[in-house]
Amino acid sequence: MIEFRDVTKQYPDGTIAVDKLNMTVDAGAITVFVGPSGCGKTTSLRMVNRMIEATSGTILIDGKDIRDSEPALLRRGIGYVIQQAGLFPHRTVLDNVATVPLLSGWDKRKARARAAELLETVGLPAEFAKRYPVQLSGGQQQRVGVARALAADPPILLMDEPFSAVDPVVREDLQNELLRLQGELDKTIIFVTHDIDEAVRIGEKVAVFRKGGVLAQYGTPAEVLRDPADEFVASFVGRDRGYRGLSFLEADGVAVGQITTATVGQPYGDTKSEWVLALDEHGRPCGWVAPESKVDGVLRTDGLVSGGSLYTAGTPLRGALDSALSSPTSKGVVVDTEGKYVGVISARQVLDLIENHPRLVSGS
Amino acid sequence: MNWVSEHISDILAYTGAHLLLSLLPVVIGLVISIPLGWVANRWRVARAILVPAAGLLYTIPSLVLLVVLPAILSTQILDPLNVIVALTLYTVALLVRVVADSLAAVPPPVIAAANAMGYRPFRRFVGVELPLAVPVLIAGLRVATVSNISLVSVAGLIGVKQLGYLFPDGYSLENYPEIITGLVLIILLALLFDGAWLLAGRRLTPWTRAGSTVEVAK
Repeated sequence: MIEFRDVTKQYPDGTIAVDKLNMTVDAGAITVFVGPSGCGKTTSLRMVNRMIEATSGTILIDGKDIRDSEPALLRRGIGYVIQQAGLFPHRTVLDNVATVPLLSGWDKRKARARAAELLETVGLPAEFAKRYPVQLSGGQQQRVGVARALAADPPILLMDEPFSAVDPVVREDLQNELLRLQGELDKTIIFVTHDIDEAVRIGEKVAVFRKGGVLAQYGTPAEVLRDPADEFVASFVGRDRGYRGLSFLEADGVAVGQITTATVGQPYGDTKSEWVLALDEHGRPCGWVAPESKVDGVLRTDGLVSGGSLYTAGTPLRGALDSALSSPTSKGVVVDTEGKYVGVISARQVLDLIENHPRLVSGS
Repeated sequence: MNWVSEHISDILAYTGAHLLLSLLPVVIGLVISIPLGWVANRWRVARAILVPAAGLLYTIPSLVLLVVLPAILSTQILDPLNVIVALTLYTVALLVRVVADSLAAVPPPVIAAANAMGYRPFRRFVGVELPLAVPVLIAGLRVATVSNISLVSVAGLIGVKQLGYLFPDGYSLENYPEIITGLVLIILLALLFDGAWLLAGRRLTPWTRAGSTVEVAK
């Protein structure tokens, strides 16, 4: 648990970067600091490991004032992932990851064994160990950065806009990877970003900062999206916050309809007048057969109309609405957790569910 | 070329002296320049003083320095120490700026990362900043080394025995093979040690030639 008590950072020229910050960061959760540039989110993060010293106020880690620890020792106990990885260009990937264990006095062999283990944890192949950072893509470098931060198994991880420099597809991979890792590791993570989408995606709690270093709102992503504290937060979370809010509405007991299906590799039979969902031999959707299509003999995958996104039953309604909107037939395909066909749902049904959803109706 | 075979032992002794007098100052100069360059890189004021002062030092004519130093160091005019001190000064004059620039070229995110990992300043300097400064440092050392190998011959004018001594000696005796021998050997030494630094630099910086073999994978 990390507590900020009346923490202020004022620079010699009078600029206030962080203004009387009071908040408690939960242990074992991802807390995201989000806000426009100049809002003090990075300064707040860097005060935790004393990269920046607070002008006044106190920061406590598990009840202990961070000023009682020597900065270098404090930092070895707090993982840090910097923007654009900040890897040491002159060291191999393995030695980069082994940095903190070596600083802490582990012997070389043990530190490297630990580093090799971590490369696997972050999903990098073992043959990357001997490469230099320049030989890796941005996303791979960032994975090494995460591995390096985790090497000494610190309970706290500070992540300073770690995924801002990679393209959106890689960013989403890295975000998923972080969530997966966090599921195993249960670290106390502070994650800084200027991207509200990233914040609501990975944060269990979101702290929205405004210019001048003021904490504007602190709560779960759903709370921030549904009930912004003020105009600033409302405009910062964006116009489509209503749609994004669907990410947090779990759809229990969505009524699914049934349609005609056909299995690839099996005889198709007569021409049908409606859309037919094609399933593979495991019962997973793999496309649509258009109405009035003639299929000679067995159904093949070529010639199928590609389907929209699939909605996994029990997940938030955003996926349900998207599956209906992206489907060529206006029916979203619902699957179970193994990806097998369960039924279909229409956008109308999803909207009805949203209108009758208790959390929205109560308007808390 | 009879002259060469008749004087082979002298030539070897001069070559050894030439190397000692030109290379020892490179080593001493580097050892002095690293802390000075660090200071110049660390504080703006220090840089504003040290870098121009070093440049000024370089403008003192070498012959003047060789004549004046014995009075300052209270040494004999032929004492090799004069030459070593003079060339060390020139090396420092060249390298202070190089060291400061090479340290300034270390990417700030790398230094920030080193701090965040829990490096203390000295270990960070030795373990992160200095290794990353090596490519620029080597370039400076190559210039200093070649320059010293050439510059040390000036000491031949006042009678210090090394390959440069062959020039005034050969000139006064109108012995051209002697002059050419000196010239060829000095050029060979300069090329040899320039190449040696180049190789040392390559060995010390494998990461600079790793090349980007970025794969399509994520």
